[in-house]
This record gives sequence, structure tokens and C-alpha cells, in this order.
Amino acid sequence: MAELEGGSDGHKGKKRGGVRAKKMSTRIDMTPMVDLGFLLVTFFILTTTMSKPKAMQVVMPDKDVKDSTQMSKIRESEAMTILLGSNDRIFYYYGQTQPTVEVTYFNKIRKIIIDKNEEVLALQKANGWKSNEVYNGVYIGIKPTDESKYENMVNMLDEMKITGIRSYAILDPSAEELEMLPK
Amino acid sequence: MSKIKMPKGNVSIDMTPMVDMAFLLVTFFILTTQFRPDEPVQVSTPSSTSVSTPPDHGKVIITIASDGRLFFDLDNQNFRRSLIQKMGEDFNITFSPDEITAFATGSSTGVPMGGMKNYLSMSAEDRKKIEQPGIPVDTSQNLSNELGVWLVNARLAGNNPIILIKGDSKSNYPAVKNVFKTLADRKVSKFGLITADEAAPVEAKK
Repeated sequence: MAELEGGSDGHKGKKRGGVRAKKMSTRIDMTPMVDLGFLLVTFFILTTTMSKPKAMQVVMPDKDVKDSTQMSKIRESEAMTILLGSNDRIFYYYGQTQPTVEVTYFNKIRKIIIDKNEEVLALQKANGWKSNEVYNGVYIGIKPTDESKYENMVNMLDEMKITGIRSYAILDPSAEELEMLPK
Repeated sequence: MSKIKMPKGNVSIDMTPMVDMAFLLVTFFILTTQFRPDEPVQVSTPSSTSVSTPPDHGKVIITIASDGRLFFDLDNQNFRRSLIQKMGEDFNITFSPDEITAFATGSSTGVPMGGMKNYLSMSAEDRKKIEQPGIPVDTSQNLSNELGVWLVNARLAGNNPIILIKGDSKSNYPAVKNVFKTLADRKVSKFGLITADEAAPVEAKK
């Protein structure tokens, strides 16, 4: 065993001459080290990117559908179209023929979607419709116009997720639809 | 009443446990930290309630700046190396080994292929300084749509990377539409949109 401390038994009694080194305390002042340690901790806490970005999965409709029988057919009363306009406005209408376009905002759209979905579900139940084996509920077409922002689209997709609508698609607005929108 | 005499203790505390803990934390943060790569533009992504996290490796990120400029990023250095070589072949540009390394070690780029050689031959500092014009995207032409060529080559170079779009919340929809169109042209129908965290609503109100 290595002996660290001087003055073990072998040396006892053998008094050395000369200046005796003063026995220093073995305790070190750790304050500066602690300071540095916490400085580093703080630095890494602040620079680290703990929250990883989240990704929202999007599935776009295939561009060229070869077989038209594969396309799902939707009844007019099951459909809803949402147009995203300028200044965070939302325009929506139901069905296709002679629609009345109404305007709303993001704080109201959730209730509108849920209400429509319930209405469609009740309709499907009452009439025994089952257009698709796996899905029941409203079919929504999201059509962002050129004046809308990317954020609008993301928020709309998020609304779909929140309200549990699984049948929706991002589409381009047609010329007639753009015509219908109030300026 | 006899007072209990408190022994006058030493005022200096034993700091060893605290130091231990502090350095444990330091080590933890050193090991887990990932420095944010240099990005040519600052993008503030919109928030959503989505909770899925994209994988750490094997991803293509298409950044859409608020002014509509597009930036392309593939994450692995080896993938990037073969990506720039493949891009060079398509555009008949031969890159020197230095330029290839410059690209491989870089991050998001928004330089048209016409100026790519010039851009890569710059010094690293100059590269950071210049304003990148963004990758040209012309959806009317399938073959000369540069973003499309990037996409195809990235899918060849990367090991089937997942495709993510990182858009600025304030970017106009036409820029996003062009990216979507390009993706559709290249038969990419599944991709992800990078969003920030947002608390899910407690109960969807009726």
C-alpha cells in the first residue's frame, strides 16, 4: 500500500532538522469549480434543443387516377368544402349545387365541422348509407386560395385531426369557387 | 430552563455532492446536446397538435421561407456527397472534391444549380454571408423543375428518406402549392409538415 502521509512508524523519533513544512489542510476551496460547473450546466441547458420538432403527416391525393371506378363516390349531402381566403378568413359551403358560401374564422370552424359531421352521421345512419366500408362521416375538401397563408392550411389540417375527420383532401379551388368568394 | 447549547458548527459546507451532481448534469448535457445546424433563413413554423416526431436520420427537409424562397436539405453527410455528385451529372457540372466536401458538410441550400459551383467554391464564411436566392421551382415544366430534380436525386442518394416540409407560417400559399405540385409530380403523396408543439384542446366543444 502506498503511504501518502508522512510520519509513519518507521520515521518515528527520527527528528529531522531544518524547516518543517507546515501541514496544509487537505480541503480545497471548491467554490470556483462549482461556479464553473453550474455555468456549464446553464450553458448546455440553454443551448440544447430538447423539444424536437413535430411532424404532421399529410397524404395527398394521387394526381392521376387511372380507374374512375376506384374513386369514391360521395353524396352531395355528405360533402363540405372549405376555402381558405385572405386575412385568415374561411369560406365554406355544403354540397355542390347552388351553394351559399358562408364566411367564418378559425375560432368558430371547429363547431361548424363537428355539427356537420354529426348531421352527416345521423343521415348516414337513417338511410343506411355506407359509401365506404371503413369510414362514416362528412367528406371535406380543403381548398386554400392563393391569398391564404401556409399557417391557415396547417391549422385547418389540425382541425381535421382535432375533430376526428379522416376523410379530407387538399385540393385546388376551381375558377367558379373563386368567383363565389366575396372580395 | 436550560438552553441546549448548539455546537458551533463549521460554516463551510461539504460541497462534494453538489459538485458531483453539477458535473453529472454537465456530462449529461454535453452528451445529449445537438447543436442547431446553420440555417440560411429563420423560419417560424406554425403549431399543431401533432405528436409524431420525425426520425433523426434519413430525411429531406424542404424549407419554405416567408418570402417564398425554397431551401433543400438532406441530412446525412455521405448521402449529401452522393447527392451533389448526382446533381452534377444531371446538370453537366463537375464538382471538385473540395466543392463536394463543402456541400456535404453544409446544411440547407437554396442556390440554383447554375450558381452552385460558384457558391461551393467560396469560403465557408462567404457562403454564410450571401443571400441565397432559393431553389427555382417551375411546376409547368416537369423536367427542368430544379426542386423536382433535387427530390429525385435525394431519394436515390439517401436511403429512402422521409420528406418533410418546413414552412414559415407567414409564407403565402402559392409557394407551398408549388412544392406540393412538385411532390405530386414526383409521385410523393406522403410527407410530413414540420410544426411546433401546441397543446391539444381538452375537449372539442359542441
